Amino acid sequence: MSAEPIAQALPTPAVEIQNLSVRYRVSSEVISSLKEYAIRAVQRRIAQNELMALDDVSLSIRRGERVGVIGPNGAGKSTLFKVIARVRKPSSGRIVVRGKVAPLLELGFGFHGELSGRENIILLGTLMGFSRKEMLARIPGIAAFSELDPFLDSAIRTYSTGMSARLAFSVATDVDPDILLVDETLSVGDERFAAKCKKRMANFRDRGKTILLVSHSLADIRDSCQRAIWISDGRVIKDGPADAVCDAYHEWSIHGGEIVV
Amino acid sequence: MSARIGPLGEPPEAVYDSSRKTIPFFSEAWALWDFRHLVAELVSRDIKVRYKRSVLGVAWTMLSPLLNMLALTVVFSVILKQGIKNFPVYYLTGAIFWNFFAQATSHAASLTVECTEITRRVFVPRSVFVISAIGVGTVNFAFSLVPLLLIIAVTGYPIHLSWLFLPVAMLIGASFTTGVGLILFTLASRFVDVRETYMVLLSPWFFITPIVYAPSIVPAHFQFLVRYNPMTYLVEIFRAPLYNGWLPGSKTFAFSLLAAVCSLILGWAFYAAKNDEYGNVS
Repeated sequence: MSAEPIAQALPTPAVEIQNLSVRYRVSSEVISSLKEYAIRAVQRRIAQNELMALDDVSLSIRRGERVGVIGPNGAGKSTLFKVIARVRKPSSGRIVVRGKVAPLLELGFGFHGELSGRENIILLGTLMGFSRKEMLARIPGIAAFSELDPFLDSAIRTYSTGMSARLAFSVATDVDPDILLVDETLSVGDERFAAKCKKRMANFRDRGKTILLVSHSLADIRDSCQRAIWISDGRVIKDGPADAVCDAYHEWSIHGGEIVV
Repeated sequence: MSARIGPLGEPPEAVYDSSRKTIPFFSEAWALWDFRHLVAELVSRDIKVRYKRSVLGVAWTMLSPLLNMLALTVVFSVILKQGIKNFPVYYLTGAIFWNFFAQATSHAASLTVECTEITRRVFVPRSVFVISAIGVGTVNFAFSLVPLLLIIAVTGYPIHLSWLFLPVAMLIGASFTTGVGLILFTLASRFVDVRETYMVLLSPWFFITPIVYAPSIVPAHFQFLVRYNPMTYLVEIFRAPLYNGWLPGSKTFAFSLLAAVCSLILGWAFYAAKNDEYGNVS
């Protein structure tokens, strides 16, 4: 059963990706109905096109590293996160993830408006693979950090946007993942709460947690990451110190997107 | 699996290795087990939301089968004079399982949008949603016993000791339903018209199952429709103990058990085999 470890060096990296490719099936003629499929199957005319979302990507992320991922839309940034979060399986190649991964999910994900804040905390926690008991124990901490204690028994639909964002952030970061995936969602609630979030992220960093950040804001990447990976058309264009990669990406962007190596 | 033990004897670290070889039939079952708490939460969410939203929620679940029963009693008992003793109870003892089956399977066929919304963001096994649909159906089934008991009380029908067989019947019935639900759900992940196609098939299926009539009135050359229909036996394992007051015959019991086991194994195998291919949309 056990596959041999890719790297012998210790400590083992948090994320190791080897020759990873992800193909999406985008049929030029999408056969999405049973009826049509049956007819086509009889006529033997089922053709499929494929799109390479990630194309032979290899990289390794050390424990405790803060890595920014940049690139134009459709470059494969989100697909990379999906593979790390186990949501998407690689079409070929290999990925090894060591530690508990928590995607910092977008606003309102998994929440049900008719249920109370408390019920939603438990629901979101079980969606992330925790048990009801574990989540019950975490409620006081989440309530304190989100400052929503007095509203915990009201239905979420009565919350303001900022309030649900605070709740979502508090749940995602309270469950103490080893690897946090942040997809352009750093702006949470008002300024004061945003500062609190920054602090919690810094706390994550100080405890040696691995953070991956996808953002279009190069300033954010320079600010909070040591390393940046520039992805375009499913390939890694440049991987190195955040400032250097951001400079190169910026240069490329203002020159109309032609890669000068 | 190369689990690393922390220096202070912390629990072994979770390691995900995409190259690890697994047998989907079993690995999908472990994944479902890991997310059993989510199944419980989804069931309780659906029940809470349904009954919170309207005060009439509970009443309506009970009122609609009663109205149905009234209409069918007029047509199939008063007009068609089948001579079935206490038709309302005869009908309801067959219909409770059919309603559970029809509702839970069509629910499973329409879950894929909600399911994909979630599974494209966090790792959750897709089977969780099918199993929770069956769970919600089971709770509603329990509620549907209330109007049945009401009619039994009103018409002065006896409650037999054989009612104790009900949990066994439900276990068999729910297993059959889970298998069918898994197949529909898996197909619906790939094709958009699965629910519609299924709804079209569902109503003739209702009429070739002896729910509103006694199997004996079916003409000889149509008997095969009833005889080769697994639903006939499944309905009977509910009706025999609740209506007739005896345990289902050994042939009926064996056929319904066989149908349930085959359905569950086939459904799970199909789901496990096709999940990666059909479930991986954008």
